[in-house]
Amino acid sequence: MFGKPVFLITDVLIFALVFIIIAFFVYAMGKPHLRQPWRQVVRSKAGVISMMVLLLYIGIAILDSIHFHPKLENSKEGTQYSGEIHSVFDRMVLEIKNSTEKTYSAPFAAYLFAKETVQLEDGIKQREYPRLVWGGKHLNDPATEKNADIFNLAVIGAIKAVVVWFALTLLLILILSFRSKSTFSNVVKSVFRGESEIPWRTASITLAILLLIIFIGSEWATKYHVLGTDKVGEDVLYQALKSIRTGVVIGTLTTLLMLPFAIVLGIMAGYFRGWIDDVIQYLYTTLNSIPGVLLIAAAVLMLNVYMGKHAEEFASLTQRADLRLLFLCLILGLTSWTGLCRLLRAETLKLREVDFVQAASAFGVGPTQTIFRHILPNMMHIVLITLVLDFSGLVLAEAVLSYINIGVDPTMNSWGNMINSARLEMAREPVVWWSLAASLFFMFTLVLFANLFADVVRDALDPRIAKQ
Amino acid sequence: MIAYIVRRILYAIPILIGVNILTFLLFFVVNSPDDMARMFLGQKHVTEEQIQNWKTERGYHYPLFYNAEEKGADKLTKTIFYTKSIRLFVFDFGRSDSGRDISFDISQRMWPSLAIAVPQLIIGLLVTITLALLIAFFRGTYIDYWAVVICVALMSISSLFYIIGGQYIMGKILRVVPISGFEDGVFGIKFLILPVLIGIIGGIGSSTRWYRTIFLEEINKDYVRTARAKGISEQLVLFRHVLRNALIPILTGVVVILPLLFMGSLITESFFGIPGLGSYTIDAINRQDFSIVRSMVFLGAFLYIIGLLLTDISYTIVDPRVRLN
Repeated sequence: MFGKPVFLITDVLIFALVFIIIAFFVYAMGKPHLRQPWRQVVRSKAGVISMMVLLLYIGIAILDSIHFHPKLENSKEGTQYSGEIHSVFDRMVLEIKNSTEKTYSAPFAAYLFAKETVQLEDGIKQREYPRLVWGGKHLNDPATEKNADIFNLAVIGAIKAVVVWFALTLLLILILSFRSKSTFSNVVKSVFRGESEIPWRTASITLAILLLIIFIGSEWATKYHVLGTDKVGEDVLYQALKSIRTGVVIGTLTTLLMLPFAIVLGIMAGYFRGWIDDVIQYLYTTLNSIPGVLLIAAAVLMLNVYMGKHAEEFASLTQRADLRLLFLCLILGLTSWTGLCRLLRAETLKLREVDFVQAASAFGVGPTQTIFRHILPNMMHIVLITLVLDFSGLVLAEAVLSYINIGVDPTMNSWGNMINSARLEMAREPVVWWSLAASLFFMFTLVLFANLFADVVRDALDPRIAKQ
Repeated sequence: MIAYIVRRILYAIPILIGVNILTFLLFFVVNSPDDMARMFLGQKHVTEEQIQNWKTERGYHYPLFYNAEEKGADKLTKTIFYTKSIRLFVFDFGRSDSGRDISFDISQRMWPSLAIAVPQLIIGLLVTITLALLIAFFRGTYIDYWAVVICVALMSISSLFYIIGGQYIMGKILRVVPISGFEDGVFGIKFLILPVLIGIIGGIGSSTRWYRTIFLEEINKDYVRTARAKGISEQLVLFRHVLRNALIPILTGVVVILPLLFMGSLITESFFGIPGLGSYTIDAINRQDFSIVRSMVFLGAFLYIIGLLLTDISYTIVDPRVRLN
């Protein structure tokens, strides 16, 4: 439809992860003991709110992970494809992506941030703030029209949001009344009094807020640089949105990549004990004793050398950046699997003495089958808790690593790179604050709701807490 | 006790050997010294001669493990593994790729790092323990609930923001303290205030929340109920019984990072221009100085192992229930 599809390695892994999560979801729905904790998650208000916000972020990340070479227009012999790699998300916000200015401009500005020499019609040269190429170009006189125009756009956006919200809420209530077989008005009452089992009222309010932000924001974004532009005139909102994928990839793939090591080694150490245990313990104590940042720095330095040597092997900048992102996930995983491995080892030690495992051994079930049948399923809650708990820390770590130049590729959009390139802007007079503020805000929102979600999930899944 | 400590030290030796081999593999086997030389001298337009010179100057021209051209013991000592890795065990870090003595640099740059890290640790502990105790006092109320929410929000803010925001507010708007720099002696204190303050604020969220859980775990124990049953006031219960027992996990958690204080903080030091070991490491990473990064990796691992050892010992000292076996 758009062009020739491209599958970057991280794309494939992301889709694999989405597939695993959906498969687990379907599997868990059929098992009451697995369904129970997730019911607890969706019954808590904090759980519902954070889940919806996280879904929005993850949705953008997934849209941004479907890549293709765009089709070029006016081609005579067959279809020609561009060498660039775009994503579906790029296509959705194409207008903002292509709306570059000369340099800095403030949020909602119609004029550039720096003065330029402009030749007036009568031939006199004058230093003034020139109009932006794209931002607010539909206005004749920005000084008088701009505020009213921004307000009008907001009203249009709000109306669209309310219509969509109303339709979705109506649909929800219809489904609910159909499923519970009660009358429409009863369901409306129970939802809006906050008496329903799942806090639908909270969900609906959150949906309204998110829809308002999305619709008003996109209404503004078609006419203005909502968060201004950066030094080379790129739209800051576009950069911040593109960075979502980087953050989500690092937060999830790192844990996904380290899981096999942690699970296999942790269970082996705990189940077989003896010298296998000693070797594995030695391995993770050694890795753990190297300070994480230094190990990452050393590994990234070596990666730089390797990439410098094999520069010709990478087809495009995007693929090169993608491979570097994958390596970063691997390295981060290398430094963080030890914690999970230790937890799983301790849990296996405990589980292998439990009656049902002893009974299985007594019946002559082999170690492989015992592990897969009885031990692994009983440890999935630890794995899931780690997956959500590590997420926010990894997103924050990306920013710090990119800041010291050992993070993702400098050409890749990421919050760390945004902060890194904006580090000197606070010292300017007047202050250029929007680039920093945007990256920090987007990162803060993701990490905050990930933290809240992690708390709810841990409370629901951890049997020690659930008992209290 | 002494037998225990000796055994623990013996246990640390194979770990240090493991760290050493790992860094050796990472720095010399994954990429050859030729690659490093090419990287350092600029990718293209490098002659073979320049690479050989670069390697000879820094002692990278020996073979990796076994030098067949030498005689006797030199077969093993005139190798990269011996000169670059074995020498680390006696803390002979050698010279950096730019020719400076690493051991000397470390001994010089250790002090500014400590000047930031020590006050930050002590004041930070006092502040967070007080806050956590206060929250524990109001447990189950709205104050408790909102305090935890605020803690989670504080945890979610990037450390970069604390530094950038702190520098902007304190240094640029209020103009109370200098934004960055460092000076020895009493007059240097004004340079330390901002980084220490920001470090404390940045850590408040996560440690307060963690200490709160420790306090709450302790509050639910039987001896606390007994103390209350005897009619002791809530304040006395908290300060005399709960605080003392909760300090065991808190302090032993601190002991493990004590040795690592020498290494300083990478981000803080580079932002505030403090000539400590953290900025030393960052500069080395940015200049791609492999010798320094390798030395710091080994030093960091060594200090961490010391930290683990101290933790085990401190446990046995504070908590008589722990037996040395």
